[in-house]
This record gives sequence, structure tokens and C-alpha cells, in this order.
Amino acid sequence: NAEEIISFIKQAADSQITVLLVAFWVFGGFHAVKYIFIMFSSHRHDDLKEMLDSNKDSLKLEAMKRIVAMIARGKNASDLFPAVVKNVACKNIEVKKLVYVYLVRYAEEQQDLALLSISTFQRGLKDPNQLIRASALRVLSSIRVTIIVPIMMLAIKEAASDMSPYVRKTAAHAIPKLYSLDPEQKDQLIEVIEKLLADKTTLVAGSVVMAFEEVCPERIDLIHKNYRKLCNLLIDVEEWGQVVIINMLTRYARTQFLNPNINESLLEEGGSGDKTFYGSDEDEDEDEEEKEKKPYVMDPDHRLLLRNTKPLLQSRNAAVVMAVAQLYFHLAPKAEVGVIAKALVRLLRSHSEVQYVVLQNVATMSIKRRGMFEPYLKSFYIRSTDPTQIKVLKLEVLTNLANETNISTILREFQTYIKSMDKDFVAATIQAIGRCATNISEVRDTCLNGLVQLLSNRDELVVAESVVVIKKLLQMQPEKHSDIIKHMAKLTDNIQVPMARASILWLIGEYCEHVPKIAPDVLRKMAKSFTNEEDIVKLQIINLAAKLYLTNSKQTKLLTQYVLNLAKYDQNYDIRDRARFIRQLIVPTEKSGALSKYAKKLFLALKPAPVLESPFKDRDHFQLGSLSHLLNAKAGGYQELPDWPEAAPDPSVRNVEVKESVRAVGTVTHRDTGALWGPQRMEGSEKEERKHQRKSKPRKSESESESDEDEESESESSQSESEDSESEAEVKKKKKVQTRVNYRESAQQQGASKTIIRFKKAGFSFLSNAHRSLGVFLQTIAPSSALKSYELLHRITGEGLSVEYCFSRQPFSPDANMVAVQMQFTNSASSDTKNLHIEDVKLQSGMRVKEFPEIELLPAGETATAVMGIDFCDSTQAANFQLCTHTRKFFVSIQPPVGELMRPVFLTENEFKKEQGQLMGMNEITEKLTLDVKCRNEHAIVQRVTTAANLSRVPCGSDKECRFAGRTVTSGSLVLVTVATKEEGAAQLTVNCEKMVIGTMLVKDILQALTQ
Amino acid sequence: MIHSLFLINASGDIFLEKHWKSVVSRSVCDYFFEAQERATEPENVPPVIPTPHHYLISVLRHHIYFVAVIQSEVPPLFVIEFLHRVVDTFQDYFGVCTEAAIKDNVVVVYELLEEMLDNGFPLATESNILKELIKPPTILRTMVNTITGSTNVGEQLPTGQLSVVPWRRTGVKYTNNEAYFDVVEEIDAIIDKSGSTITAEIQGVIDACVKLTGMPDLTLSFMNPRLLDDVSFHPCVRFKRWEAERILSFIPPDGNFRLLSYHVSSQNLVAIPVYVKHNITFREGSSQGRFDLTLGPKQTMGKAVESVLVSSQLPRGVLNANLNPSQGTYTFDPVTKLLTWDVGKINPQKLPSLKGTMSLQAGASKPDENPTINIQFKIQQMAISGLKVNRLDMYGEKYKPFKGIKYMTKAGKFQICPYNTPFTGFSLTVLTNQIHVFR
Repeated sequence: NAEEIISFIKQAADSQITVLLVAFWVFGGFHAVKYIFIMFSSHRHDDLKEMLDSNKDSLKLEAMKRIVAMIARGKNASDLFPAVVKNVACKNIEVKKLVYVYLVRYAEEQQDLALLSISTFQRGLKDPNQLIRASALRVLSSIRVTIIVPIMMLAIKEAASDMSPYVRKTAAHAIPKLYSLDPEQKDQLIEVIEKLLADKTTLVAGSVVMAFEEVCPERIDLIHKNYRKLCNLLIDVEEWGQVVIINMLTRYARTQFLNPNINESLLEEGGSGDKTFYGSDEDEDEDEEEKEKKPYVMDPDHRLLLRNTKPLLQSRNAAVVMAVAQLYFHLAPKAEVGVIAKALVRLLRSHSEVQYVVLQNVATMSIKRRGMFEPYLKSFYIRSTDPTQIKVLKLEVLTNLANETNISTILREFQTYIKSMDKDFVAATIQAIGRCATNISEVRDTCLNGLVQLLSNRDELVVAESVVVIKKLLQMQPEKHSDIIKHMAKLTDNIQVPMARASILWLIGEYCEHVPKIAPDVLRKMAKSFTNEEDIVKLQIINLAAKLYLTNSKQTKLLTQYVLNLAKYDQNYDIRDRARFIRQLIVPTEKSGALSKYAKKLFLALKPAPVLESPFKDRDHFQLGSLSHLLNAKAGGYQELPDWPEAAPDPSVRNVEVKESVRAVGTVTHRDTGALWGPQRMEGSEKEERKHQRKSKPRKSESESESDEDEESESESSQSESEDSESEAEVKKKKKVQTRVNYRESAQQQGASKTIIRFKKAGFSFLSNAHRSLGVFLQTIAPSSALKSYELLHRITGEGLSVEYCFSRQPFSPDANMVAVQMQFTNSASSDTKNLHIEDVKLQSGMRVKEFPEIELLPAGETATAVMGIDFCDSTQAANFQLCTHTRKFFVSIQPPVGELMRPVFLTENEFKKEQGQLMGMNEITEKLTLDVKCRNEHAIVQRVTTAANLSRVPCGSDKECRFAGRTVTSGSLVLVTVATKEEGAAQLTVNCEKMVIGTMLVKDILQALTQ
Repeated sequence: MIHSLFLINASGDIFLEKHWKSVVSRSVCDYFFEAQERATEPENVPPVIPTPHHYLISVLRHHIYFVAVIQSEVPPLFVIEFLHRVVDTFQDYFGVCTEAAIKDNVVVVYELLEEMLDNGFPLATESNILKELIKPPTILRTMVNTITGSTNVGEQLPTGQLSVVPWRRTGVKYTNNEAYFDVVEEIDAIIDKSGSTITAEIQGVIDACVKLTGMPDLTLSFMNPRLLDDVSFHPCVRFKRWEAERILSFIPPDGNFRLLSYHVSSQNLVAIPVYVKHNITFREGSSQGRFDLTLGPKQTMGKAVESVLVSSQLPRGVLNANLNPSQGTYTFDPVTKLLTWDVGKINPQKLPSLKGTMSLQAGASKPDENPTINIQFKIQQMAISGLKVNRLDMYGEKYKPFKGIKYMTKAGKFQICPYNTPFTGFSLTVLTNQIHVFR
């Protein structure tokens, strides 16, 4: 209290009170001052209040700064509440912020007064500026006053559907706050969480999963629909959110997918041979048999998760790396877990606290998957500068990693550690040697000998620790080592550490038959010093005496009696009890019962050798990286890592209906297009930004034309319909997008027959002016490549009528299974042609034709176009028919190039790989080729391939590969084309298609296109 | 997640506390003090301490313990990483992260902590965003503020948080546009007495100081990217581009940042730039020991080895050392038995040496420990792994920036170990002899 008074005096220094106070101090002593202090204490912060009430912002700021400094030091400043809360609406932004800090700190104590500030925040929630809305919500939700729960609930709900993702993020943050304030709101909050989980922005994802984990981690069903989206967004989420999402998805995956290692033994083979399998051996075998009947196929969603988290191992954030590592450890097939080792070893160069946590986890992992860390053995070597706790953990890992091949190097390391000055560490090393010796029988003798050598060490602690470890080792094969037991017996003269003495005595007693001469002598010495020994030593002396009595009663009878008599009067009742018990048991009297007959069996029973186990064994039933794992005890709020299900739950729950929603279109995360972690990933998220980016984006060295880029982004936006991508735009932007989408849809519906396409020079397709005025480039369906036209009827044979056709590559709207064929009729004769139509169509079975409507009149010198649809049944068989005019009939036939029998589909890179993976073997055709000189850049390849076949490009991370995808028009079988380029024009073409004929022909066509 | 934070100085005073949820009494730190007492060394305090109602997760930096109070399950690394980020931010703001600096800037510290966590969950940890929200105090600004009464808090709203490149603030303008990169490599090595390498690894970082106007998009390529065995990136680096082409492509944050940390694997042969010849002997029965240590350069590619500092923990029995350095100064602390020798620059013509005698405690037996020798050094203008930056290109902006790259090699944990014999100590022959003696 005196301190406060003095500070009070200091504060009052400028006032006249000081003089008064000093006078009081002088005349009345300390108590007088204290009295005055109490009197004034209600006005203690008068100067601060005055400053807060002033009109000057600078004074207010100064006051607030002093108050915040008080809070920081842990001083109570609650009596200033009314004065501070008045300034909540202050214009000065720093004052306002400091008032918020104060308010959040003291609102709980001053609930009524805190309510005064609420209206300010409510106003803030309606502000047009998103940042003000967000900060108002943030402070409002931080005020822990139960009375405003309904207000908070309303605010959160409203903010959850706010246009700005930043406000929605704040709403997600507010959810756990409200939940901790009033758990009764859970159901309503889950609704909000469900809504926010569906959000497609990276900004929100981390925060809402955080809220999910705090409020309703058991509602795993909420994740289904968002699973794929979360996986795909993951890499772009801020680092803290990544940790939370990865941990949650680990749990999710454990409930939804099958164990990828189901067919393998859980324990690593080799090395662990010594270890016993406990209990459930047979059950496991049965399980395996059952599972082997149906071979394991990994769920694509499971694969997606593993694939999308892997790059995060390169994160600078140790927590993210650890999160991915534990995900791989818990979820990945055994063969793939290895990738995490390198990243974890990297973390060992970080701060010592990080090392501590990582080593704990590595210790657990290294028991189950030793092979993974073996290449990094040297990274766990201990340096003299490491803190002891790190040393001990590294030792643990080294011990776990020891096997027949590396044990000699490890032991050599251990040998230097024993020379360390850090005694705790030396003791741990000796125990580690003991563990190596038990686990690896080859080196048992070497270790034992080394340890025996340590018995002559100058340091008693080293000797004592060695004795304890040797005792355990000797238990395994005592008969071979009676000389060591003798050696140890000698040590009793010198060694003082009780545990060591006790261990030696136990050894001698246990194996007294191996040292029949020495044992009684040891007992004699011990009997002499009995009264001065520690309790554990005394117990072992009694033990030794009893055992000797039973084996060699002639020599030791008296000694035993003597020891038991000493023990009878010991201070410790345990020892007295023991002595009484043993006497009854071994010394036959009339009263002693049947038990004494068994005394020998009781004392000299064969005891199993102790198993020296890692303290980290079986710790992996806790989720790695978690607090619970570290403490090896369940922490509050820990969610158990579920066991793999026996049978996989329905994977279709994760399917998301393809919505023709406007929101989904327009923005794409560019993860799959190669610009990871880069700026392009947000190209979509803000239109302005996008433009800006487009401008500032470096021109790629390849001569990629503007139109190509457009095409790409266009295709991505439609891809986003299937792959959930985020979209966030102001209403204006939405509208823009909407028009685009509507346009595209309508274009498709109208079908090619109604779309007016004129041909100019080599058949470049252009859009009508009307469409161009919309500012939209119709790139999605028809790639910018030229359409090749073929001759159907020559001018001479047609007597003036010439017909050319091309495959317009537009969907044929009357029948989606038909290929649209665009025909151009030119009447170069001098007379009109009438009633132009089709007759007598001759087709292979299954093929169908939809004729074009009859052209009634084609005046001389004029041109007309028409579109007909032909279902080629995915074959290159020709469609034969007669083209009739009012005067003549011409036999014509249309034979499609194989490339026209397909239509482009939009796949993401991931989908592409997935699909490709399913079309291996017979369905895959690979050809090596040398690219034409003119066709060695990406752009040229893309153009040639898309000219040869109606495929769309698949975004690809590597620029050494071009991928294309399409489906055959009739059966919808996937056609996947990959052109991988290498040095000097060498390339490899891969076509994956279920229809082998189509595939073979396509390879030929593309090969030709690329080489000529 | 994170409930509260306490800052505790070396003498055990809690000099700052911050609560993000309801207030946790500072008496919770008593558990921490208990653990601190149990641990002999300050760095041996366990980072995670369970208490009946809370968990304490702490980091030690600059002799300050940052103790976070946790109430429920959270990945410990999450908290540790965050606390380190807090320290880095303080360092970034105040130049140093000491108790005095924190106390002087307590309001800024509080504002920072308020922005960095919301309800215990990290909110804004990017230095560029924070700097937009709260301007770092500089002497000039402090003066201006006291005169004009303006504040450290940014007048504008933090647009950075909405940005799609959250690590870069918008509207950056410089008159001199410059981008500097420092390639700093550290050698971690354990070398045995005969000079052969037991383990050697190279850890490298590329620290950047980028002051460029607008939104530049940089690409940095290496002559020999294959050297890099394991890398971790600043979030700005495009990962796929690296995977495909081994090129670093990124929009840099403004100011100082660590672009890349890498590791050159021990599979590659690591050049060891210095060698040490030492002979430290004690004779049984004598109270004197001889000390003889010579340093020399080795594989330095003609570059000078500078700022050499040798330190060694001498055995406990040594009372004092009477040594004679050929250059530099040495100190011996009789309490901690730590010998440090500040050598300075190694002159290859005249190798630095330290010779003399050590006096031992009278009557003490011959010390057995052969001390480990730690060495620190610096070599300018060289990256020991041979890593070379090929070129730096800038896209997206029109001006021509100044570009600079600097290489440096340092000793990391560079140790000379006492042993030089292969594993023979545990051989059976020795043992049987001993047994004979016993018989």
C-alpha cells in the first residue's frame, strides 16, 4: 500500500496538497498520511478524469496512454470507467482505439456502464465502410456482458451475410466469443457456422473452421459439402488458419476414409522383432484377411487432401509444417509418409522451444516409422550447446533410430556424450545405452562391457546410473556374466548412491548361486553398515539375507538373524514389516504354516527381464502436434482422433451439386494454374485488382497472345462452376459476370444453327457485332484456332453449286450427341438453285443425322449457310447422303476427322490427374516425337493440338507440359491429351481414352499436326 | 486459444500483462516460477507447463520470458510460433526487444498485441499490415507527435487486410528504388580432433530489403539451384514456379523480410574454412596443465576469415589459465571456467596461436574431460556452398531499380570435439584386463 501512496504523492506533486501531505508525514507519521490517502483515494485519478473530459484530443490521448500503461502493468484502473467510456465516440482514432482496449478489459466488471457504449457500436455496424463495420463488431463481441447477447447474436447473423469478406471473417471470430459468453446460443451459432462454412473466400475459411472447432467440433457432417473446397482453398488461407483447417481435416479424414495401410502390419518390420506383439494378434490377422479380399483403393478425396497439403511442408511457419506432418503421419499410406521427415528435420534449426516440441513428436513417430528418419540420423547428434531438455529428447530419438547397421556410430556418439559435464544428460545417455543393448542383441555384450568400464568412472553419478542399467541388462542372461556380478560386488565398498547400492545387492541376491563365495561376504559387510543405510538399501539387504538364507543357510544363518533383528527395531515401519514377514516365511518354527515350504519358490522364482521401453511408445494415440500429445495427458477440449472406419461411409456426401449460381463464376483461385502463393491467385477475387494484375503481370516469355490469356481465364471461370471457387465481388461486378454467364448460356441454347457466323479469310470465326458490343469474347466454346473447312461438292461436279463444310465445334442444340456440321453453299452458276435439302441418308447402324432445314432459294452468286447435326457414334465412319436441289441429286459424304468427334470439357489439374490415373494401361497410348521447328513453344503446341482436335486446355503448373481434355460427343468418354516437351524439340505425346480406336487415331492426327 | 500473455524479465518480475478473454490472475505465473526454479539453466524451463486449470506455454527471447496462458487444447507450436512472431514484431518496431524498450513503448506494444490477436486467435501478423495500422515509433515521429499531438496510429483504415497480397502494403512510394539481398550461410559442423568432419551442414537464408515503388513482381534465379536441398519460403513466393523451374517468383513485402531459408545437405561435401590444432594436456599429480591452440585458414577461396572467436569450457578442476595469445585478447572466467579468445582476423602468414599453462586445483585428480572448442567466424563475400544468384528481374513496374546482392558465411554451431578415435572404448579387451586386475 505504501507504494501506492507514494505514487499518489508523486502524482499530486504539483498541487499544494503535497505540502500538506509532507507536513502530515512529518508530524503525524505514516498512519496520518494513510488516512488522508483513504480520504482522497476516491479522487485518486482526478487529473486523468480531467484530461479525459477536456476538449483537446492530445490531452485525452495522453490520459488514455497513461491508463493503458496502468492496465499493462496490471494496475487497477476500473474507477475511471465512466470517464473513459464517454470517449468511445471520440473522433481521434488512436483515442478511440485505446478506449476500446480499456472497454474490453473492464466491461465485465462494469456491466451497466458498459451498456452506454453499445449504441456507438450498433451505429458502427451499419457504416458503409467495411472496416468500420468489422471493427465495431469486433469490439462489440469482445464486451463480455450477458445482457447484450441478443444484440451480439443479431449482429453476428447480419455480419455473416455481409458483402465484405473481411466483415464475414470478423463474424466468424465473434462466434466463439459469444459461445463462451452464453453456451445456450449454440444451436443458433451452428447455423451461422454452417452458413459461413459455405463461404468461398480464403479470408473466411480459417476463421470459421476455428469457430467450428470451438463451438461444434462433433458436427463433422457440416464439413462434407465443404470438404473439397477447404482442401482446394487451403494453400491460400493465411498460415494460422491453415493449421486449424489441417488439424480439423485430419480428424475428418479419419472418420470418412479407409486406412491406407490396412494391408500392412502396423508395426514396422525388422528391428522390432524383439518386441512382443500384445494381445490382439489374431484379430489383426483376421482383419487383414478380410481386407485382402477387396484391394484397397484410395478415395480420390483422401488423395486430394494429401496432395493439397504437401506443398505446405515448405511453409516458414513451424506450426503449419507440424500440422501437415501429423496429417501425413495419421493419414498417408506408409510409403508416402517419408516426405515429412526432411521438413521436420528442418524445424530442428529453429528456436529451442520449437525444437522441443518437434523432437517430442519425432520421438513418437520414430518408434512407428523408424525408416523415415534414419537418413537424418546425424541431424539428431547432440551439441554441447544444446539445452539439457533438447539433449535428452535427441537422445531419445537416437535410441529409437538405433538398429544393427547404425548402432556402432550411435554408440560412438554416446561415448562422447558420457564425457559431457552435464550430469543429467550423462545419466540419460547411460540409460539410452541400456536401451540399445536390450533392443539390439548384437551389441548387448559390447554395451555391457562399455557400461562396466564406466563403473570405474570418477564420477559417482555415472557409476550409479551404470549400475542400475547393468542390473537390468544382466537380468537377461545372468549366467554369462558372473564376473561382472563379482565386479559389481566390489563396488559396494565405494559407491554411495542408494539406488546403485540397492541394485547391486539385488543382483547379488538374485544370482547368489553364480557368486557363492562373494555373496555371504557382501552380506557381512552390509550387516555391519545396516543402520547407516538408506531405506531402499536396507530393504535390499533384508532381501539379500533372505535369499542367502534359503540357498546357503550354513554360512549365513547367523548373519540373517542379525540383520532381521536390526530391522525389527528400525524406525521405518516398512522395514519392520518386511523383516517380520520374512522371518516368518523363511525361519521354520512350529507355528509357521504351509507357506514356508514355498519360501524358496517365492524368493528365487525366475523373474522376467525388464523391458526398457521408450516413454514415447504408444503416444501416437493422441493426435500428433497436439498439446495432449506433448503432455501425454488429455487436455481440455481435446478431440480424440477417431479410429479408421471399417467400411468407408458414403463418399457422395461430399459431392456438391453444380450450381448455375452466379456467385461461383467470375473468380477462381489460381492454385491449379500454376501461380501458387502468388498474386495471380487473387486475380479473380477483386475485379479491379484483376485488371491491375493483368496490366502489371509480366509478359510471359512465350509469345502468348492476349486472346489466349483471355481464353484461359474464361475457361477457368467456367471451371469454377464445378470446382468450388470463391467469388466475392461487389454487386456491380456480379452483374457484369451475370451478363457474361447469361450470354454464354443463351449462346449454348440457341445452338450453332442460330448463331450467325460469317467466314472470313481462312475461316476465322468472329462474333457478331451485337455480341462484341457486350464486350465478351466467345472463347469458351470455339478456341481461337482456325476452323478447317472441307469440300463437300466441287463447283464443277455440282454444276455451279459448291458446298464446303466445316465442323463448327458448337454444341448442336437439338441433340447434344450430335456433331454440328456447318455447311456453306455457294451458287456460282448463273441460275438460282431451289429447294436445297438432304435425302436418302445412308448410315452405319446407330448413326443419326439431323438435316438442316430446306433452303428454298439460293440466288445466283449468293452464299448461304446451314447447320446439320450428325451423330457419328464416336466413329470415323462417313455419313453418306444425297444433296438435292430442285433439279439434281448429288451423292456426297462427310467423314469426320477423329478430332471432331469430341467436345471440350473443363478439368482442373487435379481432376485431370485423377482421371488420367484411371485411364492407364490399355487406355493409354504414348508416342515420342520431335516437334516441328515452328512449333516449339507452348502457344504453337496449344494451337496445333486444338486445331487438330476439339479439346480444351487444362491448366497446368508446369510449362513443360500442355494438357487437353475433351469428351467424345456420343458416349461422353473422356479424352485426355498430354504433350510433354523436352530439350531440343523432343516431346512425348500421351493420349488417354477409354475408346482405344479413338485414342489411336487421335494420336496419329496430333502427331501429324505437331510434326509438320 | 491464447488467453493471456505475461512478460517476465530475468529477475522474475511480471512487467506486462495482456488479456484477450476474461482476466486471468497473474498468480498463475507462480507455476512458471516454480518450473523456473527447478530448471538449473534459463533455457531449460520446459516450454509447456501444465497447471491445474491452465497450460503455460513460454518462449525465452532476449532474456524475457513470453508466457502465454492457454485453457484448452491447441497445438503448442501454434502458440510458440506466434510468440516468436510477436518478438520479431517488437524487434522490427523498436529495433531491440528489451524490457526497457517494451516499457518505453508500452502503448504501442498494447496496440500491437490488440491487433495481432482477436479473442486469442491470430488476426494480423504480417509486419506490412501492422505497420499500416500502427506506425513504428521513430525519434523524428516521436518529436513531431509531441509537438503536433498527432498519433502513431495510422489515419487510414487498414486496407492491407482486405488486400489479396496481404503481405504487401499498398501505395508504396520511394524516390530511390532499391532491392538488396543478403545470402547468409552458416556452417554447422562437428569436427574431431584430427580435423576430419563428423557432420557438417550448411544452413542458409536470403534476407531481403526491398524498397520498391508500386507492385513490383520479382523473379530471382540461381546459377546452381540444385544445391538447395530443402527450402522454406516466405508466403509471397510462388511455390509451383519453384517446383517447375527453380525460380523464385514473388511480389515482395515492403521493407525487410526473409525470403528463403534453405539447407544444403550433408551429402554434398562441405568446405571447412578453418582448422584448429590443439593440445591440452594435464599430467597426473601435477598442478599444471599445458594449453596449446593454433588456428589456421583452410578452403576459404582466398577470402579473409574475420571476427574469429574461440571459446571453450575448461574442465572444472582448472583454477586459472595463464596464456599468451599471439594476437587478440583472451579471458578466462574462473567461476564458469569459460575460456574465450577474441582472435579477430586470421592472417595466413602468421597463424594465431594461444599457448600457456593452466593451474589446477591442488590435490585434485587429473581432469579427464577434453574440452569441446566452439568457434565463431565470418567470411565476407562468399557463400560457402557456392550458391550464386544468377539474376534478378522486375516486372510490373517501369522504373529501373538498384539491385544488390551480398554474400556472407558464418560459423553456426561449429564445434571441435574431443575425441578422435573410432569406437574402441567399449571393446572387450580393455574389459578383460580390468577383470584380471580385480581378480
